[in-house]
Amino acid sequence: MSEREPLFSPKNLKLLREPLSTSNPITVQVLGICSALAVTVKLEPSVVMAISVMAVLAVANVVVSFLRNYIPPRIRIIVQLTVIAALVILVDQILKAFAYDVSKQLSVFVGLIITNCILMGRLEAFALGNRPWPSFLDGIGNAAGYGIILIIVAFFRELLGSGTVWGYPVFEKIGLYNVGYENNGLMILPPMALITVGIIIWVQRSKNKELIETN
Amino acid sequence: MSGLRKFIDRIKPQFEKGGRFEKLHSSFDAFETFLFVPDKVTTKGAHIRDSIDMKRTMAIVVLAMVPALLFGMWNVGYQHFLAIGEDKLFWEVFAFGFLKVFPIIVVSYVTGLGIEFIFAQIRGHDVNEGFLVTGMLIPLIVPVDVPLWMVALATVFAVIIGKEVFGGTGMNILNPALTARAFLFFAYPSEMSGNLVWISGLNKGEGILDGFSGETILGQAAAGNSTFLNGLHNPYSTWDMFLGKIPGSIGETSTLAILIGAFILLYTGIGSWKIITSVFAGGLVMGLILNLFAVNTLMEIPAWEHLIIGGFAFGAVFMATDPVTATQTEKGKFIYGFLIGFLAILIRVLNPAYPEGVMLAILLMNVFSPLIDHYVVEANIKKRLKRARVSS
Repeated sequence: MSEREPLFSPKNLKLLREPLSTSNPITVQVLGICSALAVTVKLEPSVVMAISVMAVLAVANVVVSFLRNYIPPRIRIIVQLTVIAALVILVDQILKAFAYDVSKQLSVFVGLIITNCILMGRLEAFALGNRPWPSFLDGIGNAAGYGIILIIVAFFRELLGSGTVWGYPVFEKIGLYNVGYENNGLMILPPMALITVGIIIWVQRSKNKELIETN
Repeated sequence: MSGLRKFIDRIKPQFEKGGRFEKLHSSFDAFETFLFVPDKVTTKGAHIRDSIDMKRTMAIVVLAMVPALLFGMWNVGYQHFLAIGEDKLFWEVFAFGFLKVFPIIVVSYVTGLGIEFIFAQIRGHDVNEGFLVTGMLIPLIVPVDVPLWMVALATVFAVIIGKEVFGGTGMNILNPALTARAFLFFAYPSEMSGNLVWISGLNKGEGILDGFSGETILGQAAAGNSTFLNGLHNPYSTWDMFLGKIPGSIGETSTLAILIGAFILLYTGIGSWKIITSVFAGGLVMGLILNLFAVNTLMEIPAWEHLIIGGFAFGAVFMATDPVTATQTEKGKFIYGFLIGFLAILIRVLNPAYPEGVMLAILLMNVFSPLIDHYVVEANIKKRLKRARVSS
């Protein structure tokens, strides 16, 4: 290593930017769908979930990246899982201590971050072969790409399903119920999360033709 | 007529490639072929020419629905005046129903066709006629008091998510009209189920007779009543159920009117008799099985009575036979239809939370129909392979 790469070189910035659009974990790689369906009924748990995943993924990426030369290839999955599990327990305990209500709403899904395919995917595909700083950026970028979809889906599901945004009764305040509007019960059911994600995928691919698969 | 023809011929070049309104080509084409027999002929390959094209097919299906629609309009008025205890003349009853039902039809057609036209322009394909049927089906399968904006929203959902995302008419997996109904059913359960939605006016509580109840027959059965009473607590006769003088979605109540429609579909060869008869057979078989156990009122309903109450007949004749979403193989049609009837009664009886098992059964089998086709074709290949002799 003769020359030190700047911290935010174009290559590193790409690691942050790409997961937000052209290699989004949910809409392009189609990973982490289960939790996207489960926690997106309301905006608040989705944001907490997004932050939790970001914390776990970024730290796990850095830890595994530091260890990458010492992990025997045969047991690398177990090591990765141990790292993720430790971090998830940490996040879970912090949530229980400081945000108990949200932690109750998220229930098992914080624990299930362990099985979120995005985490294993990034550790396997990126952290095992890259230095800590790019790994950190990659973790932040992918978690942000995951989180942004979660938040978009949750925004529409909460707005149309419960008529609120972050618990604030928007539709009631502007008097929509008085003219005969009713909340859409389907938005609260999991299928609608899938359809919302589907619509996001549709919009994204119609804007970015490169993403359209040919078969 | 020739004046109109001339006018169309005159403005036609503007809509063709390079013309001023090139983008609106498919809209123009839709109107032209709607008004006149298209002059396009197939030029390549072997082909059979028939006077029946998609527009005629769809028109016949719409025609077949007219008896159910007219009866539905009358029944809306009849149930309403029964509820408020007024005697009215036949025409007053019909006019009341007409004024209630007509706006739903208009909303369904305007939103649905609007979206079809928009998509046709964006994607540059021809406007398809499939919505002519869907637009008529949607009003027939909703309760009469459903708010119009919900009908519009459900239509938008059904056309975009049910049909256009899969590539438009002929590519859809689920029946669009049922998709609209399922959307309404899960999104706005308070407007789509319960005792108050089936008779016009009950929801607002206007001038109802004391003790009048608007429960459907299935609702009463689910509640455990063994004799089915109409709103005035007189028992329904089987004849009432067959004629359709019972509360329910607009077009689904009259088995007689639906059978007239079925006759039109079968006579013209547009509906498949295999599907229709096997749906009824499936329902009958499941009904008989449940009669054997008969531990609650729903199970005690005679198997044949299941076929004339609720949306069973309507689903069998107009929904299950949709050529796009049904199975394509002839053997598959028997399996597909039988399972629809079988599951419809199963859901209806064993899960009283979903009294309209027919909708869910048909949607479920829509999803399974490609699989059924696949196995029918595979079985045929295997059968023929067995017969094959390899001469050495």
